[in-house]
Amino acid sequence: MKHFDVIIVGAGHAGVEAAAAAARAGVRVAMVTMRQSNIGMMSCNPAIGGLGKGHLVREIDALDGLMGRAADRGGIQFRLLNRSKGPAVQGPRAQQDRRLFQSAVQELVAGVGGLTVVEGEVVALRIEAGRVIGIGLADGTEVAGHAVVLCTGTFLGGVLHVGDVRAPGGRVDEAPAARIASQLRDVATGVGRLKTGTPPRLDGRTIAWDQLEMQAGDEEPVRFSFLPGGPLPRQVSCGITHTSQRTHDIIRANLHRSAMYGGHIEGVGPRYCPSIEDKVVRFSDKASHQIFLEPEGLEDPTVYPNGISTSLPADAQEELVRSIPGLERAVISQPGYAIEYDYLDPRGLTPALELRQLPGLFLAGQINGTTGYEEAGAQGLVAGLNAARRALGQPPVTFSRAQSYIGVMIDDLTSHGVTEPYRMFTSRSEYRLSLRADNADQRLTPIGIEAGCVGRVRRASFEDKSEALERGRALLQGLTFSPHVLAQAGIRVREDGERRAAYRLLSDPTVDWAAVAALDSRLSELPATVKDQLAKDALYASLIERQRADAAALQRDEAVVIPAAFDYRMISGLSTELTAKLERIRPETLAQAGRIEGMTPAALTLILAWVRKGQRMRAAS
Amino acid sequence: MNTIFAQASARGKAGVAVVRLSGPGSWGAVRALAGRVPEPRVASLCTLSEAGGRLDEALVLTFAEGASFTGEEAAELHLHGAVATVAAVLRALSGLPGLRPAEPGEFTRRALENGRLDLAQVEGLADLIEAETEAQRKQALRVLSGEVGRMVGRWRGDLIRAMALCEATIDFVDEDVPVDVWPEVRGLLSGVLADLERERAGVGAAERIRDGFVVAIVGRPNVGKSTLLNALAGREAAITSEVAGTTRDVIEVRMDLGGLPVTLLDTAGLRDSGDAVERIGVERAMERAEAADLRIFLVETGEEPGMVPRDGDLVVRGKADLGDVVGGPAVSGRTGEGLEALVAAVSERLAGRATAVGVVTRERHRVALGSAAEALQGALQNGAASVEMTAEFIRAALRSLDQLLGKVGVEDILDDLFASFCIGK
Repeated sequence: MKHFDVIIVGAGHAGVEAAAAAARAGVRVAMVTMRQSNIGMMSCNPAIGGLGKGHLVREIDALDGLMGRAADRGGIQFRLLNRSKGPAVQGPRAQQDRRLFQSAVQELVAGVGGLTVVEGEVVALRIEAGRVIGIGLADGTEVAGHAVVLCTGTFLGGVLHVGDVRAPGGRVDEAPAARIASQLRDVATGVGRLKTGTPPRLDGRTIAWDQLEMQAGDEEPVRFSFLPGGPLPRQVSCGITHTSQRTHDIIRANLHRSAMYGGHIEGVGPRYCPSIEDKVVRFSDKASHQIFLEPEGLEDPTVYPNGISTSLPADAQEELVRSIPGLERAVISQPGYAIEYDYLDPRGLTPALELRQLPGLFLAGQINGTTGYEEAGAQGLVAGLNAARRALGQPPVTFSRAQSYIGVMIDDLTSHGVTEPYRMFTSRSEYRLSLRADNADQRLTPIGIEAGCVGRVRRASFEDKSEALERGRALLQGLTFSPHVLAQAGIRVREDGERRAAYRLLSDPTVDWAAVAALDSRLSELPATVKDQLAKDALYASLIERQRADAAALQRDEAVVIPAAFDYRMISGLSTELTAKLERIRPETLAQAGRIEGMTPAALTLILAWVRKGQRMRAAS
Repeated sequence: MNTIFAQASARGKAGVAVVRLSGPGSWGAVRALAGRVPEPRVASLCTLSEAGGRLDEALVLTFAEGASFTGEEAAELHLHGAVATVAAVLRALSGLPGLRPAEPGEFTRRALENGRLDLAQVEGLADLIEAETEAQRKQALRVLSGEVGRMVGRWRGDLIRAMALCEATIDFVDEDVPVDVWPEVRGLLSGVLADLERERAGVGAAERIRDGFVVAIVGRPNVGKSTLLNALAGREAAITSEVAGTTRDVIEVRMDLGGLPVTLLDTAGLRDSGDAVERIGVERAMERAEAADLRIFLVETGEEPGMVPRDGDLVVRGKADLGDVVGGPAVSGRTGEGLEALVAAVSERLAGRATAVGVVTRERHRVALGSAAEALQGALQNGAASVEMTAEFIRAALRSLDQLLGKVGVEDILDDLFASFCIGK
């Protein structure tokens, strides 16, 4: 029998963040994976970040996670999406060299103290007195721990579909985790099926690149990590092509052979990542669909044709691919497939991502109904950190909607559950103007320091930056100028005699920073990163101010914690329907209770009153 | 923290109506309306006025922070009970900076948060809040039926569409989505804004959202409906004649019926008519009668009512003065026979129901329309320059209209977006 404090099952994007976060929090961690060489593998598209997703990567990085640093080291084409729009909706994204990314993850994992990698298949959770106390491996080894984090991805009851051919599997050529899946169906309620798809992979040497439109990365790459990093890999371009009318004819002719349309799949797929079959059927009036040809690596000829994920049979896939301009001679190195897997209704989780039914068991990633590396990594970090805190006997750390996309995601999952694989969008956040990629460190690193999951190096670098920002902010708010002086500097404001602070000038998008900096030498001497950040803060200051009352009310309600064992049935006056909902969702805070559909002000007031009463009784006894 | 206000006494016509204020701006509001802040806990007679116009002679009470129902700085205005007076004062209050109408149960919530209530008190009040919430919901439903409902539904659809267009250009920038959505967004927002401003000016809403109860008198032509209405109203509100089909449109009389504010509707007689104008009148009669709180069916002996009565509706025989009346209640508008019993029956039925929240809801709607309009102006001014700020303004407008439109969540927006555009790489 081996003993650890926390056991992480799986070593994908959720698993490595969970393991590293738990280890940073100061406990002994075992990370169990079927194949050590596959740690940090990118099973789907070779890219990290994007809108909402790039925000999540920055938040993971702000909490000293691994993904941002690995993606900087693997990035072969950086693009800041929405560069022409405001900073709140700019999302960093980078194509990845799969191998560089994966080796960066593996190196980072190897550098984490207190983290042991264990190779083997987890076949059972060991449960005693209603609590998880460890796991059993296929070879009979038992591993004991105070908390277990499941990060099983698509391996939980995974089934692969290529046309009407189906086979159990977690990824191509990898066996699924079947036994643990069946145990989970026994011990937990709310197991459902989701599906996702991949496109066929192409041999890039057979693509007519010279006939294609090419998209280069940014001139000045914007990195993910707040920490300074080494030189970036060589940067490359992606190709762009489109499906043709003939592609659509081929798809229509073969539709009945598709796993999706042939009725072989019961799982629900995401609307924002439809298969090419879906696109052709649902948007039949569109003459063509865009495809990005993404290189999978600098030394790897494989190309990922983003936009044609499919579950058609292999022969139809080849016909389909070759009907696309530039791909007439393309060779498929691996056919596309759809994969179905189990997930657990995330409404059964606490905001710390612990399964309410089974204390000691934490879940992160696709098992919670999400999709995407970034969503998985962020949950992994939260689950790992909280698993460590449980092992240490510390209270959980949770994240607010008003504070982070991590908070938005976990609140959405635990309050509303999922009806399709959940992906982050910036539109999911009602505080989008404050939750920016550029200020993720300002928002979250202090919380990470407090929670004990931020290392020494990052802490020092963060504190230096914060100090510089504070000095800059004080300077900008302190220096004021009369309309007359401003006019002379070419900055037009209303001639009302009122002196304006430099900070306020920056909130006007038409005012140029250079013109403001010219007003005072101390302003022009501010470091570029500080100026940038302060200009972004200033830009949204007035709108953010308007939201402050909402955010404050939200945080006040979030501060009212409803005890885990709270008995809603004792509250006279709550409707049976509402009582049933509350008992199922078990909101952790008054704020979460308020977001339950059908909640009334009266019911909320009653719950608040009972919570207060319980507090007073405990205080008295 | 906002300062909130609401009518604390029962709605409708009464001797005195109490408006309560709570929050840091309470005394400021009293000063604004009364010109001074009376000594705390001493009832003082003040003249309330707004922009020089006199609103009412009222008793004003102020409470210091820590010594009020909610624990916050608070005030009470004891007004004369006329509906119009209360409405004018509420309107004046919502025009003051930092003040807004209270949400259901908000006073209680604040009192609870400040440790001013124990659980027993909260439980007692919870019923009240529930009733208030329910009444608001009903009022919203009432607004939502018919023509206003269709308009509000259009606002909802248009704002969701505008939001979806903005979000598409933000969240799906690498996808096949239109780049310049601003012309369409501008069109949608301007349309809704124009509607909002028209409604707010009172052209529509005030006409449609009524205070108090609505009671409709229905029946076949020439059964004596108009005569009954006139008798109840005590004046010649409806033209009565011997010719069947005289009342072609709906006639309304507002009156006090057994102490309750009631709008009485006299409707066109229900019959198949060859006259196009009368046919419209009949349709309108049916519509209004359906929406009324209570219907009085006036029938002749042995006759079936022209539409199906609902639970609680009254069926009485008319023209009781014209002899051989057998069994059941009967009434005559001409002689007044049975009138008293009818009034008693009506007020008994109405008194049992939750009072409609007329004035308060109307003021709340007006405030909601106002802040939504302001947000949409912000969106239009901001324009295409920064789509994320435009989206923020639309989000604020949607939040203001929550009560009218129902909550619009991100899923509603994504539904529209995914249905309109082929998203997904």
